[in-house]
Amino acid sequence: MIGKEKKSTIAGFLAPAVISLALIGIAPLLYALYTSLHYFNLTNLRALRFIGLENYQDVLTDSVFWTAIGRTFVLLMTALPIQIALGLGIALVLHQPGLTLLKTLTRLGLVLPMATTYAVVGLLGQVMFNQSFGVVNQLIGFVGIDPVNWIGDSTNAFIMIVFWDIWQWTPFVTLVLLAGLTTVPGEVEEAAKLETKNWWTVLRYVQLPFLMPGLVAVLILRTADTLKLFDMVFTLTRGGPGSATEFIALMIQRVGFRGFDQGLASAQAIILLIITIVLSQLYIRFFYKEV
Amino acid sequence: MSNRAPGSERSLTAQVIIMLVILLFCVFPFYWMVTTSLKTQLVALESPPVWVFSPTLDNYREALFEDGVLQTLLNSIIIAVSTTILAVVLGLPAAYALARFEFRGKKDLWFWFITNRMVSPIVLALPFFLIARNLGMLDKHITLILIYLTFNLPIVIWICTDQFRSIPKDLDEAAKLEGASQFRIFSQICLPLAMPGVAVSSIFSFIFSWNELMFALVLTRNAARTAPAMAVSFMEGYNLPYGKIMATSTLIVIPVLIFALLASRQLVRGLTMGAVK
Repeated sequence: MIGKEKKSTIAGFLAPAVISLALIGIAPLLYALYTSLHYFNLTNLRALRFIGLENYQDVLTDSVFWTAIGRTFVLLMTALPIQIALGLGIALVLHQPGLTLLKTLTRLGLVLPMATTYAVVGLLGQVMFNQSFGVVNQLIGFVGIDPVNWIGDSTNAFIMIVFWDIWQWTPFVTLVLLAGLTTVPGEVEEAAKLETKNWWTVLRYVQLPFLMPGLVAVLILRTADTLKLFDMVFTLTRGGPGSATEFIALMIQRVGFRGFDQGLASAQAIILLIITIVLSQLYIRFFYKEV
Repeated sequence: MSNRAPGSERSLTAQVIIMLVILLFCVFPFYWMVTTSLKTQLVALESPPVWVFSPTLDNYREALFEDGVLQTLLNSIIIAVSTTILAVVLGLPAAYALARFEFRGKKDLWFWFITNRMVSPIVLALPFFLIARNLGMLDKHITLILIYLTFNLPIVIWICTDQFRSIPKDLDEAAKLEGASQFRIFSQICLPLAMPGVAVSSIFSFIFSWNELMFALVLTRNAARTAPAMAVSFMEGYNLPYGKIMATSTLIVIPVLIFALLASRQLVRGLTMGAVK
C-alpha cells in the first residue's frame, strides 16, 4: 500500500527541495555556461560579445591551468596516503580494548581539527609558521633544526599546506576507519586473533573487507574537497610564493575576481565541474552499486 | 592479570603515549591561537616566541567593539541560522519522499543531490556574483542564505532520509488505515520520530554555513560581511595585528567546536553521507 502513492502526492513532497535546488544550483550553472561562451570582462562590460568556444580553447591549451590542476593532484597524492596510513594506525590503536576514558578523550580531540573553520587554519598558519616569531621554528629549534622560511619559499610553503591538510583531515580518516572497524563481527575478529599473532594478517584478511566502504568514502570526499580547496590556502599563502601553492580553485578565483576575466574563469570553472563530475561518477558507480 | 600476554604492560604504556601525542597534536594549535590572542602586539611579535606573559583582553575589546567583529559575528549567526531553518523546511519533505515512496528517477534524483555536495564553490561563485550584481543583491544577508542552501539542502536530505528509513513503516500503514492523509502521516507521526536526524543535520548545516568563506568574500562588502571574511580583511598590509587576528579567530572557532563536540557521534556519518555505519 505504501509506495503506491499518487504522483501528485510524491511531487508535492519533492517540489520544494527540487525547485529551490534547481533555481540556486542549476540556474547559476547555466549562466556560467552562457558567460563562458562570451568575452566577458568586468572592467569593460561594453566589450561583451559572443565568442563561441574560444575561452575553452584558451583554457585547454593554457599550461598555467593544467599546472594548477596538476598541483592540486600532487597535493592530493602527497597528503592522502599519509592521512590514510596515519589514520589507519590511530584507528587500530583506538580500536584496542581498555583505557576507555583516554580513548573517549582522544576521539573528542580528533573532532577539533575537522570542525575548525578552514580560513582560521590558514590564519593560524601565518602565526605559527612565521619565520621569526613562529612557534614551529622554535619547536624545531629545540631539536637543532635552523629556522625555516616556510611562507616565502615555494617548496616549504607547499610542505606547510600539506602539513595543515594532514592535521585537519587525518582525524576524519581515523574516525571513518574506526567506524569501519566496529562493523567487524566480534567473534570473527577474536577467532582470527587466536589463530595468528600477526596483526597484519588480521588487518589484511579480516578487517580490510569491512574497511573498504569507509576507504572509498574517504577517497571520494578527499578528492572532491581537494578540488575545492580554497579557504585555508587563501588565508595562508594566497597561492604564493609565485604560484607555488596556487591550487585550481584559487587560480579560477584569481582570474575571475582579480583579473576580472569572467568569461575565461567561467570556462575554467565549467571544465573543473566536468572533471569533478566524471571523477565522482567513477567513484560512485564503482562503490554505491546497491543504491 | 596473570593471563595477560607478556609485554602487554609495555604495549599499554605505548598506547597511552600514542594517544597523549595525538591529543597534544590536535589541541596545541588551539592553545597557541588562544594564547596569541591574549598577547599585546609587542609580545606577539617577539622572537623567539614567549610562552609566559601577562595576558590582556585588549585584542578582544578592540576587535569586537572598534573594528566591528561583533556585527560580523551577528551576521554570521543570522545567515547560518536562517539557511539552516530554510534547508530543514525545504529538505524534510523530500527526505521523507526518498525514504518512503517508489518513483521513476529516484536514483538519478539522489545522485543529483550528491553532486551538489561535490561541486566546488568557485563554480557557483562566478555566476552568483554576476546575477546578484544585476539584481542589486550584493552584500545582502538573503543572498548568502540562499546560496548556502546549495550545500545545506543535500546534507539535510541525506541525513534525514536515513533517519526516516529507520522508522518502521507499520506506523505509516496503521495511520493510513485510520484514514490519515499522507501529509499528516509525515508531519504528525514520522516527523516527531525523526527529530534526532533533524537536530544532527541542523548542526551540520550551521557549521558548514558558519565556516564558509568563498561566497562570503565574493558576495559581501560591509552590511552582510561574515566573521571569516572579516578575519581575512585584517590580513591586508604590513605590520599585521596578529593578536587581534587570533582573537577574531578564537571567537569564530569556539561556537563551531561546541556544536561539533555535541554532534561528534554523528559527525563521521554526516560527513561520509552515511557510507560508513
